[in-house]
Amino acid sequence: MSEATRTTYDMDVVRGFAISSLVWGAVGMLVGLVIALQLAFPELNWGAFQFGRLRPIHTNAVIFGFTLGVVFAGSYYGVQRLCRVRMYSDTLSRINLWGWNAIIVVAAVSLLLGATSSKEYAELEWPLDIAIAVVWVAYAINFFGTVATRREKGMYAAIWFWIATILTIAMLHIMNSLAVPVSLWKSYSVYAGVHDANIQWWYGHNAVGFLLTTPILGLMYYFLPKQAERPIYSHRLSILHFWSLVFIYIWAGPHHLIYSPLPDWAQTLGMVFSIMLILPSWGGMLNGLLTLRGAWHKLRTDPLLKMFVVGLTFYGMSTFEGPMMSIKTVNSLSHFTDWTIAHVHAGALGWVGLTCFAVLYYLIPRLWHTRLYSVQLAEVHFWIATVGLVVYVTAMWTAGITQGLMWRAVNPDGSLQYTFIESVAAIQIYDVIRAVGGAIYLAGVFVMAYNVWRTIARGSAAIPASPPLEGAVPVAGGR
Amino acid sequence: MAYDWHRPLEGKSFTFTVLTLLAVSVGGLALLVPPYFLQGTIEPVDGIRPYTALEIEGRDVYIREGCNNCHSQQVRPFKTETDRYGPYSLAGESVYDRPFLWGSRRTGPDLHRVGGKYPDSWHWLHFENPRNIEPRSNMPAYAFLAGRELDLSLASRKLEVLRGLGHPYPDEAVAGAVDDASAQMEGIAESLRRDGIQLSEEAARSETLALIAYLQVLGTAVQAPAVQPVARGGL
Repeated sequence: MSEATRTTYDMDVVRGFAISSLVWGAVGMLVGLVIALQLAFPELNWGAFQFGRLRPIHTNAVIFGFTLGVVFAGSYYGVQRLCRVRMYSDTLSRINLWGWNAIIVVAAVSLLLGATSSKEYAELEWPLDIAIAVVWVAYAINFFGTVATRREKGMYAAIWFWIATILTIAMLHIMNSLAVPVSLWKSYSVYAGVHDANIQWWYGHNAVGFLLTTPILGLMYYFLPKQAERPIYSHRLSILHFWSLVFIYIWAGPHHLIYSPLPDWAQTLGMVFSIMLILPSWGGMLNGLLTLRGAWHKLRTDPLLKMFVVGLTFYGMSTFEGPMMSIKTVNSLSHFTDWTIAHVHAGALGWVGLTCFAVLYYLIPRLWHTRLYSVQLAEVHFWIATVGLVVYVTAMWTAGITQGLMWRAVNPDGSLQYTFIESVAAIQIYDVIRAVGGAIYLAGVFVMAYNVWRTIARGSAAIPASPPLEGAVPVAGGR
Repeated sequence: MAYDWHRPLEGKSFTFTVLTLLAVSVGGLALLVPPYFLQGTIEPVDGIRPYTALEIEGRDVYIREGCNNCHSQQVRPFKTETDRYGPYSLAGESVYDRPFLWGSRRTGPDLHRVGGKYPDSWHWLHFENPRNIEPRSNMPAYAFLAGRELDLSLASRKLEVLRGLGHPYPDEAVAGAVDDASAQMEGIAESLRRDGIQLSEEAARSETLALIAYLQVLGTAVQAPAVQPVARGGL
């Protein structure tokens, strides 16, 4: 640190992704609310504007528009500071920002028009798949170029998690999307039947692992110690849980195919590795939570830390629930029901959502060189979001277990006790409650959008005359 | 300090990246490669045939409308499932499924054994408005499909692509895809009219008929009575 080089970091790309992620978050969750209402009230389906076409727009917008937007913003912000160097290439940063957001726009339109491969979280057709690969490679070159030219000796743990994300997503996306085009917006998978299912859930499960887990852990590793002003609890735990997480996660995909025609040995491997996954997952949770040792009093006044802590708690909860659901006996009850929907939203609204909100609240004032317009409103957002997600998740747990039990219920003579439609009618009320929970959560996002807008309005993207030297405090160093 | 050995690695970004790539590759290779070589991954099923040109079109409508978001096509080997739906799904039955459509959520019932379960006219009325048939259904109405003429301009090309991927279509099937599809559609239109459905000329060439053709062939390669369940989980 002897050479006090004044580095100007590229914050334009961070600002761009911070705003676009918020926009896609609002759009994606709004579509989520619409389709939740369509399930409860089928009259709300209107021609082609129906659940089957809208559901992928919801998932793609919140995963690729919102979550990855925050991941891009946070990793561009973090990697420059952790490496003490400007991004390797401003051009690649622009390609990433504009290319990615253009992809999301075309994706939304093409999905609405019915161009879909049907593979979950990989619905986009082949031209978009190629565009995603190109933009992802631009991000990869930019990221690795920055790391390679760094002025800091070691790479801090956040960077490890982003490296794992970049590599694995490239591998998963390319392998799972291989298809032969029939026309510009139609293609057939190169894999058929059981092989296609196997590849798809290798992708699908690890999209959760490497889009909704590892990059968010990277954000947690950078921004939580920053906000708490404490070093990460344990470097040793970082090492242990990073390597075990990336090694074990990739095996667990077949738990999506239990009791399917996939070979039994593969299903069993998926189950066993899913259970093993509890340990690295909880390692990450504990490393985050214990970082707050000696700083817990800050939770009383700091809504960002509240979001990080509740986010980590939901991470721990859903990474316990997930392995449990992968046990064959439990899976026989939970599979194909709303329990899965409860599980994924505990992770998505709790862990991913709250962590992303906290990161955005951290970034926005710093990016526009001002203070947050209202800490109280952020506090309000935290409570609204928490209430909304608890309502959502408990409604779906109840619905899922109700369905699972009704489908397997038999009369004393062994005949089925319920028709399928009775299980549909039984959960209609929970669909309504879920929509209410989702609406509450979405209201929180609008509160945030207002707060962000007022913050940006009073700030300035240009660096003030006397720049507050920011980002010079090393966050690594925990032992 | 234990774990000091890891410090040098944190300074070597290239080595670190290569090791990470290795760590994430092992599981993928172990799960994805062997199924292509191990005997018994796919049990052969007698009577399985590739989809006809019209069934392919219907399947593509099914995909386009996202039916797989609410309907599974995968009956599990539990007595309660085989009682409700029919024989459990076999790997050999989906060898011509590109992509597979097993689904992940049953907002509506499983459809793998729906083929032949109801007459064509049932499906017609059900697509028009599912609440015609079941007042408690929450399925969207697909009446708009009846107003969309089935586009057969890619029918030949689709079979050609699938043949390239290994589906055994003879030359006549590829060349005559449009004629075959039209003929099969006429058969379905006839059965609908026989059941008293008022079918305009336009509706008789609509996407709904392709979708019915697809649904009616689903799971029909296996006609045996419900096989003894092998798992206890769902009992």
